[in-house]
Amino acid sequence: MEYFFALLFSGLTKGAIYALIALGYTMVYGIIGLINFAHGEMYMIGAFTALIVSSVLSIYGLPLPAILLLAGLAAAIWTGAYGYTVERLAYRPLRDASRLAPLISAIGMSIFLQNYVLLAQTPDFVSFPRLVPEFAFLEPYSAIITSSGLMILVVSTLVMATLTLVIKFTRTGKAMRATAQDRKMALLVGINVDRIISLTFVTGSALAAIGGLLIASHNGQINFAIGFIAGIKAFTAAVLGGIGSIPGAVLGSYVLGLTEAFATGYVSSDYEDVFAFSLLVLILIFRPAGLLGKAAAEKV
Amino acid sequence: MVPHAQFFYAGLAALAFTVGAAMCSQASEPIKIGMASSLSGDLAPYGLPPLKAVQLVVKEINDKGGIQGRPVELLVEDDACKPEMATNSATKLVAAGVTAVIGHICSGPTKAALPIYQAAKIVVISPSATSSLLNQDGEYPFFFRTIAADNVQARAQVDFTLQTLKVGKIAVLHDKGDYGKGLAEFAKSLIERSGQAQVVLFEGITPGAVDYSSVIQKIKHLGAEAVLFGGYHPEASKLVSQMRQKRLAIPFVSDDGVKNDTFIKVAGKDAEGVYASGPAEVADNPMAKAYREKFKQTEGTDPGAFFDNGVAAALALTNAIAKAGTTDPEAMARILRTSEVATPFGFIKFDAKGEPVGIGVTLYQATNGQFVQVR
Repeated sequence: MEYFFALLFSGLTKGAIYALIALGYTMVYGIIGLINFAHGEMYMIGAFTALIVSSVLSIYGLPLPAILLLAGLAAAIWTGAYGYTVERLAYRPLRDASRLAPLISAIGMSIFLQNYVLLAQTPDFVSFPRLVPEFAFLEPYSAIITSSGLMILVVSTLVMATLTLVIKFTRTGKAMRATAQDRKMALLVGINVDRIISLTFVTGSALAAIGGLLIASHNGQINFAIGFIAGIKAFTAAVLGGIGSIPGAVLGSYVLGLTEAFATGYVSSDYEDVFAFSLLVLILIFRPAGLLGKAAAEKV
Repeated sequence: MVPHAQFFYAGLAALAFTVGAAMCSQASEPIKIGMASSLSGDLAPYGLPPLKAVQLVVKEINDKGGIQGRPVELLVEDDACKPEMATNSATKLVAAGVTAVIGHICSGPTKAALPIYQAAKIVVISPSATSSLLNQDGEYPFFFRTIAADNVQARAQVDFTLQTLKVGKIAVLHDKGDYGKGLAEFAKSLIERSGQAQVVLFEGITPGAVDYSSVIQKIKHLGAEAVLFGGYHPEASKLVSQMRQKRLAIPFVSDDGVKNDTFIKVAGKDAEGVYASGPAEVADNPMAKAYREKFKQTEGTDPGAFFDNGVAAALALTNAIAKAGTTDPEAMARILRTSEVATPFGFIKFDAKGEPVGIGVTLYQATNGQFVQVR
């Protein structure tokens, strides 16, 4: 039984990691219908920014929670700026092109950003400091859950709740939904569509940066390529949960994380991906729009 | 047709002239040697030191006037330790007309590139590809390496785990790659054959995954007393760190894909106590000392992994070309197999399958931020 709980928590941690990245994917898709393949790179750039800022701050001898907060803030702002720029340069000029064009542009952006960081930073793995403090109350349970794991769980839940509330109840949220439903109509009723889309990208990238900070601090190492596998897995989770749906992304991430953990625990880690992707195929056969996705009827 | 015929004869004359010129310049024409290394990507730390080593040896030879008056020209290709890129590099080197190739660095790319070199009858010496599956049946008569193969390495690891650590239950993990999995399979069969210990877990982990906690819970659940890992340092440092975070303090034994400074830098204090096998320490050998000193003078740092192996590969190859007096692959291969050459590892030669005779494996332990030989 103890083994079961240990696996459960490791699955939840993994799920929460995927959720932090999947939220940005699903948000961008929900509003402009673009699969932003450069999202994994935003996560990577966020982690690098956090590393640089936290190294500088630790020279000044700030306490750990302050470093965590400031590095998170700096990473979110800086990566948000990257998100804005990428949207301006790579996606906005293609907004009225066919659906495939921005997709290719996104893949190109992803390759560009990876190689840019490779050249500007290092091709090697670098050590990332453990920015999440060790919680004393977790010590008796340290064998099954770490403080960084708990932190990721809490933050991803908070982010999901905040995003849902913002999109449901604020004016900006309403504008986002309107943009998602019909861009031209939204423009006609006076919504600055360009600004809303930019805002979506900035928010999505900032979320990815916070994910980058927390996950890097959990793993203790980063390099230019970490965004690739994490991005693919988070994308899978978002599709599983119903891409475009915020609670769906989180649910999909937990389903994926738990499947991987139990597949490893009770079968073999050789088959972890086999189980995860078989599940994806199964769910998509019975619910083509994902677990919580709405099958949108194509308007003629 | 008549005017054309004139052109034809003129062309023929020009051709004859070029051929004649080429034959005259043969004596000073450079000997082209290819170097296929991993110079970018995650595993660049393994590819850069051997390249520097080969460049040092080549420069030395050229300063002395080359091999029989012919300078050595080095053509460098990057395969990023990826099989699909390695076939490109190999094709490019073959097309450039190289006499021999030093490389590749990783086992997977070497495996992918060997058929291309074999078809072109080119001698290949790898300074670091250790997979035992590379030339198991001697199917590549022109393949050699200046590093002990995985079966030798696996034996050293297993002997150490069984006799020095004296554990009864061992978890064997690998990264699903040619190198890591091959090594892990050897270790597993050696442990099982010894009858002294039990392999409680044999599994591959996904490189680059965000979290390895479930496999760590499994290791704990099965009561393993030691972990044997076949693979490279990025996964090893993540595994070790997460094991220590989950308060799993059992010994971690790995391979020469882990025995490097990057592993220690990235894993930090979690690296302490980790065992890794690697080429026998040669710091006492005067030749090794001399080359390391030369490297230090130009680069300002200590050479990294596989530097000595790179020097050995370059020396063995150039020696073979000089002694054979020709760039004929058969003649070079014969010299490599029969005559001993002085290298940083002492005098070495190669057996029928291209395995080095005279290069061994020892175990190291990470102690105070450095890998120190286990006595």
